[in-house]
Amino acid sequence: MSPYAGSMYHGSPLLLSLLGPLTVKRIDGQPSHLLCSLVFVAADILNSLLIRATGQTLQIAYRQSLRSLDLDMISETMEILPSGDIAALIYLWNPFTIAACVGLSTSPIENLAIMLALYGACKRLVPLAAFGWVMATHLSLYPIILIIPIILLLGNGPDTPRKLFLLRRHVYVLLLCGVSVKRYGGLWEMFTSMYGFILTVQDLSPNIGVLWYFFAEVFDFFRNFFLIVFHTNILFMIFPLAIRLHHRPCFLAFVYITISSMLKSYPSVGDSALYFGLLGWFVYELSEMKFSFFLFCVYIGVSLLSPVMHNLWIWRGTGNANFYFATAMAYACLQIVLVVESVSAMLNHDRKLRKLSSAKLQDGKS
Amino acid sequence: MELSFTQGRWNYDQWGGFDPISSSNAKPPGVELWAVFDVPHEQVDDSWKNLTHALSGLFCASINFLESSTTYSAPDWGYRPDSGSLRYGSLPREAVCTENLTPWLKLLPCRDKAGLSTLMDRPSIYKGYYHSQRLRLTSSEFEPEGVGSGIVLEQTLTVVVQPSSQRTVRSYSHETKLQPSWSLTSIFGRKVSSRCVLAKSSIVYLQLDGGLIAELDSLQNENKIYSADNYVSEGVRSNAFFEVSVKPDRVLKELKGVEKKNPSVLYEFSIDKYDESGPFDLGLTWKVPVAWSCQKAPLHVSRFLMGSGNERGAIAISLRSTELTDELLHTEKSEGRCKLEVKVFQVVPWYIKVYFHTLQVFVNEEPQAVSDVVEKMRVSPSVDKLSPGVMEMLLKFPCGMKSAAITLDFDKGFLHIDEYPPDANQGFDIPSAIISFPNFHTSMQFLKDDSSDKSAILSKFEENSAVLAYTEVLLVPLTTPDFSMPYNVITITCTVCALYFGSLLNVLRRRVGEEERLKNKEKEPGRLRQLLFRLYAKITGRPLEPVESTTTSSSSSSSKLGFIILVAGIAVFWQVYYG
Repeated sequence: MSPYAGSMYHGSPLLLSLLGPLTVKRIDGQPSHLLCSLVFVAADILNSLLIRATGQTLQIAYRQSLRSLDLDMISETMEILPSGDIAALIYLWNPFTIAACVGLSTSPIENLAIMLALYGACKRLVPLAAFGWVMATHLSLYPIILIIPIILLLGNGPDTPRKLFLLRRHVYVLLLCGVSVKRYGGLWEMFTSMYGFILTVQDLSPNIGVLWYFFAEVFDFFRNFFLIVFHTNILFMIFPLAIRLHHRPCFLAFVYITISSMLKSYPSVGDSALYFGLLGWFVYELSEMKFSFFLFCVYIGVSLLSPVMHNLWIWRGTGNANFYFATAMAYACLQIVLVVESVSAMLNHDRKLRKLSSAKLQDGKS
Repeated sequence: MELSFTQGRWNYDQWGGFDPISSSNAKPPGVELWAVFDVPHEQVDDSWKNLTHALSGLFCASINFLESSTTYSAPDWGYRPDSGSLRYGSLPREAVCTENLTPWLKLLPCRDKAGLSTLMDRPSIYKGYYHSQRLRLTSSEFEPEGVGSGIVLEQTLTVVVQPSSQRTVRSYSHETKLQPSWSLTSIFGRKVSSRCVLAKSSIVYLQLDGGLIAELDSLQNENKIYSADNYVSEGVRSNAFFEVSVKPDRVLKELKGVEKKNPSVLYEFSIDKYDESGPFDLGLTWKVPVAWSCQKAPLHVSRFLMGSGNERGAIAISLRSTELTDELLHTEKSEGRCKLEVKVFQVVPWYIKVYFHTLQVFVNEEPQAVSDVVEKMRVSPSVDKLSPGVMEMLLKFPCGMKSAAITLDFDKGFLHIDEYPPDANQGFDIPSAIISFPNFHTSMQFLKDDSSDKSAILSKFEENSAVLAYTEVLLVPLTTPDFSMPYNVITITCTVCALYFGSLLNVLRRRVGEEERLKNKEKEPGRLRQLLFRLYAKITGRPLEPVESTTTSSSSSSSKLGFIILVAGIAVFWQVYYG
């Protein structure tokens, strides 16, 4: 019987063949989900290592560019803050990451695919970047927008081999899926169950996003219109951000990841775990970010209140759906403030650097 | 096709579960529809839709709710021979009232104007414990040994009433209470005064259940009063235990069945002889308190929900052996490995998302490996908003088992506000499951096969019918959203989206030299101009433009004003001339 037969599974068949046998196999004397949890723990650890390595590469590149602009004194202060290590530690110790791992969500694996792509792109390893990007897009549809920062990162090579690699990888992955899925149904069924499900928001179970309540209450007449609006909301911001931040592809990737985890149809705290980790790369540049303390406090508040409201509504029956939806709204607003303020802080930082370098040039001339 | 309207639940403990009456006439509460179609496979669903609409109009019931694919299913195993085109649908919450009974009576040849159907006094029927009206339509192409050629319509009305004398007679508690005596007048308030001239035969049968006969025999043997078989011959009208008000035309004794049941006795009364002057009023008066029990099904079946909260739960079916199980299985037990087969058929709506891998079977309160007990299982998982989840299982239990339980976990789904019924907080129904026992078949044979004057009821009793039991209907509460909030939710969500959109674009828009321009302020313009600009800036929400670009901003603002006026003028012109 096809795994998509009962509309309970909407993931990738490759993930199913990886994790499926692990959920069934049992070691005597151990809890039943031990093997599966080990996979997620391993994915998280790998993720943090990749974040650290990418952060270090980023830092080295930034210092080099500063040195080329004759702004040495800034590069010395940056030694105090090893952003790669900080980012890796933030990722590992983030309560959201731990919650996603304990809850046996598949977010660590999706995050791993995204990080593989970014790491490969930073290190100029085109096959790795292509593999990571294709796997990330296959597992959940939204990393498709990361193609732009990856292309920017792979910067100075000619276009053709990159595109070829990507296409080949894509075909390879589709072939794998086809083989594993052919036993039951077909590729079309896989596409409609995976991507059609994400795009049309069929399941209305409560989650930490805002789309479930919206589509439970919206009138059927307007449902398609609002589906298009919400998905275009993410797509629309790609180009303005790319134009403005094309000189900082890693930060662009961070902003894309934050936006997609905020506006996607079925968000989870595992997605937030990734962008918090990536925030650690830019600790120095974003140190003048406004509202940082306010954001920190409200994040803690929302992550404490949200399960309470969920319990009140669903398990005790004393609360209302509106309580839980209010916390989801607050969470969305938080993420918006985070994105806007981080972009603003980064642009201010760049502006300052430019002023300093132009001042230095003038000094040098005079 | 078989359609039944039922109100009330058949009490398998007290009213029997093994005889043909309870196997064919005990139906789940609400509406149940079975249909087998003789059309090509692709057209079966469309034919089902047409059928539901036609029946809905005919019977003044909302059977048309069965048309959507979320309510009906296609069971596969052997309930009827042609399983590919079989469809089954059930509406547990449908209430049955006189508006459904009247069209049913209209299908009878004499309606309720003459014959036995004049007894149908509506208040008496609806005051009873259970009433079920059933319609069965068969075409001779389906039945191999057809009753006749063409189309056969069979209508059955099953009513379980409480004799009114039970309420009025109050005996002292230390005396054993006498069973209530009843008559047609006391139950229905009417007598049968004529027969329907269009009917080929009009007969009333009084059945003395096998358990009662066995009890009376044992009482007789204790007292050693009369000889055996007196209910058939001289003791028909009146004996030491009861008295019948009308002498029966014929007394039939059941031929010994295959399973060692106690034979029952039928008194036959033909209505031909009665008319207006001497109406037919059958009555039974008890003289001695007798307690007997009807033969029960091999296992007592019940179903219930487990778990709390509105997120997940579990459905449990419990099977308990009745004291008659041992008698029934006595012959087979001696052979050694005997197995009691139980077939379970359950349909669950799509918003109850059952996890079939969590199936657990307990025998005598100990968990068993599923593959040990379940021999065959066919599962059709539910598709969201499209089709219900169907489970058909064949289980084999050891014969000496005392109790068994089957549990299944599920998650509760979340519906769109349009999909909730008006009383959303009552909950949603899971229709009855059908438990059948393939080992056993029940039939009652009263006459030898070659007898010519066999009435329809007697031929019906002789058919081998499977022993069936229906479980309870389960009521599942689901989480409800706030129904009063659609506009609020839409506006709040769109506000948040607009907030994100606007502020991000604003941040991206800011140009490099802006702070320098903001800091350099040269000469002040006139106060009025400054006020105007401040007001304009407040309205448009733009940061206060620096003074040195006032000329450019003023020209830009005036050009903007001019543009707005132009657009307004075009709109007015359009409205006036083309509106």
